[in-house]
Amino acid sequence: MRLSGWGRHPWADGALLAVRTGGDVTRRLRPAASLIARGNGRAYGDAALNPQGMLSMLPMDRLLAFDPATGLLTCEAGVTLADILAVFGPRGWFPVVTPGTKFVTIGGAIAADVHGKNHHRDGGFGAHVRSLDLALADGRVVTCGPGREPELFAATLGGMGLTGVILRASFRLRPIETAWIRQETRRAATLDDALALFEQSGDRSYSVAWIDALAGGASLGRSVLMLGEHAVASDLPAGLRAAPLVSGRRGTLRVPCDFPGCALNRHSVAAFNEAYYRLAVPGTRLVDLERFFYPLDALLDWNRLYGRRGFVQYQCVVPRAAAAGGLRRLLTATAASGLASFLAVLKLLGPQGAGLLSFPLDGYTLALDFPATAPVFALFRELDAIVADHGGRLYLAKDARMDAEALRRGYPELDRFLAARQAWGARSIFHSLQSRRLGI
Amino acid sequence: MSGCALVLILGATSDIARAAARRYAACGHALILVARDATRLEDDAADLRLRFGGAVETRVCDLLDEASRAALLDSLSVLPGIVLCAVGLLGDQAEAERDPALAERIIGTNFTAPALVLGELANRMAGRGSGVLIGISSVAGERGRASNYLYGSAKAGFTAFLSGLRARMAGRGVRVVTVKPGFVRTRMTDGLNLPAPLTAGPEEVTAAILDAGRRGVDVVYVRPVWRLIMLVIRMLPEAVFKRVKL
Repeated sequence: MRLSGWGRHPWADGALLAVRTGGDVTRRLRPAASLIARGNGRAYGDAALNPQGMLSMLPMDRLLAFDPATGLLTCEAGVTLADILAVFGPRGWFPVVTPGTKFVTIGGAIAADVHGKNHHRDGGFGAHVRSLDLALADGRVVTCGPGREPELFAATLGGMGLTGVILRASFRLRPIETAWIRQETRRAATLDDALALFEQSGDRSYSVAWIDALAGGASLGRSVLMLGEHAVASDLPAGLRAAPLVSGRRGTLRVPCDFPGCALNRHSVAAFNEAYYRLAVPGTRLVDLERFFYPLDALLDWNRLYGRRGFVQYQCVVPRAAAAGGLRRLLTATAASGLASFLAVLKLLGPQGAGLLSFPLDGYTLALDFPATAPVFALFRELDAIVADHGGRLYLAKDARMDAEALRRGYPELDRFLAARQAWGARSIFHSLQSRRLGI
Repeated sequence: MSGCALVLILGATSDIARAAARRYAACGHALILVARDATRLEDDAADLRLRFGGAVETRVCDLLDEASRAALLDSLSVLPGIVLCAVGLLGDQAEAERDPALAERIIGTNFTAPALVLGELANRMAGRGSGVLIGISSVAGERGRASNYLYGSAKAGFTAFLSGLRARMAGRGVRVVTVKPGFVRTRMTDGLNLPAPLTAGPEEVTAAILDAGRRGVDVVYVRPVWRLIMLVIRMLPEAVFKRVKL
């Protein structure tokens, strides 16, 4: 079966084996096997690709236990956040950490230690995981967590499936009163304004900025910040108070075909960015949870907008102290390249969590999407040098092309991760195109 | 009467049964799940309770074992309104040709055990004067093929059993539905290269099952094209059929 990540670049041809139980998984872990677990295919690059064998975790989609006293949910690795939202949202519970799409599995969320708009306050997904069951290379199943086999746990958080197969996990949901967010929109005319706004907004639950990556000169880094708080019942207009946990069900649209490769070009994106910036009216309003957290999920298969060649995302983080200079150089290089990033996101992250290969660190993350073309890869190499100069690193869940050197420079705990991988026998079985490319 | 009837699902850990259980639970039915594997059964039951909030009971039972079957039937304090039998074993035909124990297990799982348990449930439903029995048989039962005739012959027996039971129950308030799914993407067919236009997902089979249960259809082909395909296969003269590789 031909498969790719969400970016539709690169592709790999290999068997996708559906597993339904932990027993199915351990039966597949034969000594000569080479495997990687695959969730819902939302990592952008080649992290869940292995031509020699992929385990589809999606049939392992059972919710197993929930404690309403603590919000602790135990479920299998193939459950998606969309499942959890559908079941627990109306009962007043919400994932403590959610990435920008609800179509990720819990196994994938842990393997990538995903972060959300609240990382600066609440940390990554892994910070709320109490324990997880991991199928090791030798077929044993080990329960690990912050207080139990902590080194294996730390290697597995953000470990991209390279320590074993996550079978199930227990993690916290947070109580919510309503299915609505009080969203405040603010405009920042320059990069410095944007960073100042983030620094002032550190006490806000959620913050994220759309950034115009085509703007140069005086407008470099102009942004629209969105700050959010969970609305309480008294925030809602009377008409919504009767059913505060029911949000306006909005329809979805599906991108019906691959767009021509040229649809998102410099001019269309510049026009869009100008309109987006102008139309972002500063002020506060209520938006439903799904619209706030998952604006792109309403457009199913939006990855087809980039045409058949696919797209690549460049997501890096630069430490806070170096952020102003580093981001300025990154945005200047991007604007100078003339390459158009349709989606560009800036976000403040909090301190690093327990995961040895977890992406977040105290600083600013910038994410840029581009079609997968030769000039884009050349730009990325230029950006790599800037990120390295400023002590930053790239996000493995988005990566399809970084080299081993970039990984080593960006992740100081890499040797600890490799030692854990060796110690638990994972190196002989668990591989992806990404792990092979990075030589880990 | 099937509005919120108690549903008994035999072979409850199969993919089709799991999909059906979610559908029934979503519609508000209480469920009793029956299978051999206690752990998987409990996980499935926990999932259904958490998702839909309804009552879900489990019974660990090996339907091939007479005592286990009897214990199951004895444990039913309330006779279910709907019984879905999703018990089945494809088995490896070539291996079963050499191994009589496996051959016996294929025949027992696909025919003997389901027939015996459904026969007993039908008697009880007839006594009450209501009920729906849904048996998942197979298009493979319509003609014995070299590649899977042990499975096929057992399913043929099961299809004939359901047909006879339906005729006997007609007029006694008990409906009997035969479902012939055709190819389905399940654990049973993992690793087989199935043609997409002929292959249904478990959810599609489930939709057809619930629909048949409501509409009072006797025999369901999940994808209608299978009715035509099997008609052609049945019409082939034996002299031709034994030479084609199917």
